[in-house]
Amino acid sequence: MYQYTENDQILIDERVAQFKRQTENYFKGELSEDEYRALRLRNGVYIQTHAPLLRVAGPYGLISSKQVRKLAHIARTYDKNYCHFTTRQNIQFNWPKLELVPEILAELATVQMHAIQTSGNCMRNTTSDHLAGVAVDEIADPRPYCEIIRQWTTLHPEFDYLPRKFKIAVSGALNDRAATQFHDIGLHLVKNDAGEVGFKVFVGGGLGRTPIIGQVIKPYLEQKHLLSYLEAILRIYNLFGRRDNKYKARIKILVKETGLEEFTKLVDAEWAHLRDANELSAERVDELKAHFASPAYDVTADTDTSFAEHKVNNKAFATWLAHNTAAHKVSGYTAVFISLKAPDMPPGDITDVQLDAVADIADAYSFGEIRATHRQNLILADVKQADLYTVWQKLAALELATPNIGKATDMICCPGLDFCSLANAGSIGVAKEINEALDDLDYIHDIGELKINMSGCMNGCAHQSVGHIGILGVDKKGAEWYQITLGGSSENNAAIGERLGPAVAKDEITKAITTILDVYVKNRLEEETFLEAVNRLGINPFKEQVYANN
Amino acid sequence: MQIIKDKQRVDNTWQFIADDAALIAGDITVSLARWQQNRADLVAHNGKVGLRLKASDSVEDFAEDLTNIKLVELDFADFSDGRSFSQAWLLRGRFDYKDEIRAIGRYLPEQVFYLSRVGVNAYASEKTTDLDAVLNNLNDFTVKYQSSII
Ligand code: HEM
Ligand code: SF4
Repeated sequence: MYQYTENDQILIDERVAQFKRQTENYFKGELSEDEYRALRLRNGVYIQTHAPLLRVAGPYGLISSKQVRKLAHIARTYDKNYCHFTTRQNIQFNWPKLELVPEILAELATVQMHAIQTSGNCMRNTTSDHLAGVAVDEIADPRPYCEIIRQWTTLHPEFDYLPRKFKIAVSGALNDRAATQFHDIGLHLVKNDAGEVGFKVFVGGGLGRTPIIGQVIKPYLEQKHLLSYLEAILRIYNLFGRRDNKYKARIKILVKETGLEEFTKLVDAEWAHLRDANELSAERVDELKAHFASPAYDVTADTDTSFAEHKVNNKAFATWLAHNTAAHKVSGYTAVFISLKAPDMPPGDITDVQLDAVADIADAYSFGEIRATHRQNLILADVKQADLYTVWQKLAALELATPNIGKATDMICCPGLDFCSLANAGSIGVAKEINEALDDLDYIHDIGELKINMSGCMNGCAHQSVGHIGILGVDKKGAEWYQITLGGSSENNAAIGERLGPAVAKDEITKAITTILDVYVKNRLEEETFLEAVNRLGINPFKEQVYANN
Repeated sequence: MQIIKDKQRVDNTWQFIADDAALIAGDITVSLARWQQNRADLVAHNGKVGLRLKASDSVEDFAEDLTNIKLVELDFADFSDGRSFSQAWLLRGRFDYKDEIRAIGRYLPEQVFYLSRVGVNAYASEKTTDLDAVLNNLNDFTVKYQSSII
C-alpha cells in the first residue's frame, strides 16, 4: 500500500490548518454562507437533513488496519458509533458537529487520511478495481497509476473550480469492476502489440439525472502521456463546460453537445502543446510500482488440507465460500468479501466495534489491509486458504458474513429520505422490506447474480440506472413512489436500464420486485443470469406481471 | 487604493476605462471588446495599456498582441468560475506573458494560493482587511504535487 512521504504528510497537515482557519472565519462571519459552502465541500463536508455529513477519501479503496481503527475511533468519539461506505470507495460520517470537523480531519491526518476534494465541483477521489493486484484477469495493476492520478488531482491549482464534479476511475483487468464507462474519465489498462502497457481512454460517462455511457476518445494512450492527456481534457472542460445550468454542466453534456469528433479535436489540439513537456518518466512509474509490490506470500499456502475438510463438513462455511470469496492470482490464497449487507443493517453501514474487529482480522490474516468495493462491501484481499475457516467464523460472529455478495440482497442504496434533504422517497426502509421478503437464502442463491440499486431521487447516488433492477424514488403529490428499470449494467457490457412502466406506490414496491424475480425464475434458460434473461426476453413479460392487477 | 503585488503592498497606478467613457492619459485598462475595436488608438495611447478580462473572454483572441499589453486583470464575477484560472495558466504557460496578471472582483482571498500557482502575481480588493488575508494565504502550502508557473 502507498505510504506517505514527508511532503505528502506536510500537504495534508497544511490543508487541515487551512480548513480550520476557514471554519473559524465562517463562524466569525467573515466568510459568507456561499463562500464557506464551496470551501467546506472541497473538504468533504455536506450539510444534510439532520447534521453535516463528512466524506473521507478512501484512495482507490485501499485502507490499512490502522486507518480502520481511526475510523472506529471517530465513529465512537464524534458520531453515533457507525459510519457508511459509499459506492465510490469513500467513508461517510452522518453526524459530526461542524465546528469539530477540523479536529476530526486533524485526527485523520495522523493516519495519512483526508477528505480533500471528496465533494464540490472539483476532481474527486480516483476509484479502481477492488481486486487490483490480486485479480486473476488482471492485465496490469492499476494502483500505481491511481496514486499518480491521486497526487496530480490533489489541490490542482487550475482545476479546483470546474463547472461540475469530475470523477476518474481506472481498471486494469479484463472485467471492469470499477464502472469506468460511467465516469467522466474512465481508463482501462491495455497492452499494445509490443506488449507495452498503456491506456484506453473513455470520456463523458456519468450517472445522475442524465445517465450516459462513456465513449472511447483514445484507443491507446502511451503511459508516459497519462498526465498531459488528462490535463488537456480537463482544460478543455474547464474552459468550455457549461456553467449556466448545473444540470448540464458535467463533461458528459459537453461531449454530447460538441460531438465526440469535435471534442476529440479540441483535446488533441490542446494536448499537442503539452505532450512533450510533461512526460511521466518510467522511473516515476517504477517508484510507485514499488509501493504496491506483492506482500510476502507463503509459497506453501496451497498445501493446506484443512480447508477442504471444513468445506465438506460445514455447509454454512461452504455456502459462504461459494458466494463471498473471489479467486486470487496466487495459488492457496483467496480474496474474502466482508458483507455490509446484513438483513438488519442499512447497506454499507458498519459499527465502531465491527471496524475494530475487522482491523484485527486484517492484521492477523490479510497483511493489515482492507479494501472498499463499489457495491459498499469490504474485502480482505490476501487470505490463506488455511485461514479461511477461522476468518469466516470471526466474520460470522460479527454479522459480517451474510453469504449474499452479488446477490439480490447485496443492494446498493442511498441514504434517501432518512438523511438526505434532496430525497423524494425513502430507500433504507424499502431495502429492509425487500430483504425481509427475500429472507430465504436458498432462494437468493438460486436467483444468482443480481444487482439491485435504489436511489431516493434522480441524482442517482446509488446508481439505479445501471442496476440489473433499478429503483428510483419519485414524488407524486407528496407521496413516495418508485420507478423501476430493468437491464442496466456498469460492467463491460455497460447499459442503462429500461423503464418498466409507471411508478408504483410504496406499499407495492416489494411485491413488484418479487414478481419480477418470479418471472425470471419461470422463464430462465439453464445457467441464464437475470441480466441475460432480461436482455433475451425484453421487459414485456416482466411488465405484464407487475402491472397485471392494475 | 493599495493592492498586493509580488507579495508587497503597493499603490495601484492603473485606471479602468469603461467602454462608453473617453480615454484619459496615464496607465489604463480596457475591455477586450474595446481593445479589438480601438486597437490603433490604444497602441498609440499616452501611457501603458492593459486588458480587463471576463471569464468568458478567450486568451487566444489577443495572444499575438501581448507585447502591447502591460497588465491583464482577471475580473471575477463569481469566485466559482474557474475559467479565469485557465486564462492565467494559458497566458503564462502557453504565451509566455511576463507582465502583471491581477485578480480583481469577487475572487476569494482563500483562493490566492491556487491563483499564484497559475501565474497571478497581483491582487486587488475593496476591503483592506482582505489584503492582509491575501498576504497570509499566499503561504498556505509549502508543498505541491503539480508543476506550477512560478
Ligand atoms: C445524504 C447526503 C447526500 C447528498 C445530499 C447527495 C447529493 C448528490 C447529488 C446532488 C448528486 C448529483 C450530482 C450530479 O449529478 O452532478 C449526487 C451524486 C452522487 N452521489 Fe450523492 N448525495 C448524498 C449521499 C450519497 C451517498 C451516501 C453516496 C454513496 C452511497 C452517494 C454517492 C453518489 C454518487 C456515486 C453520485 C454520482 C453519480 C454520478 O456519477 O453522476 N451520495 N449526490
Ligand atoms: S439519490 Fe437523491 S435521495 Fe439519495 S442520497 Fe442522492 S441526492 Fe439524496
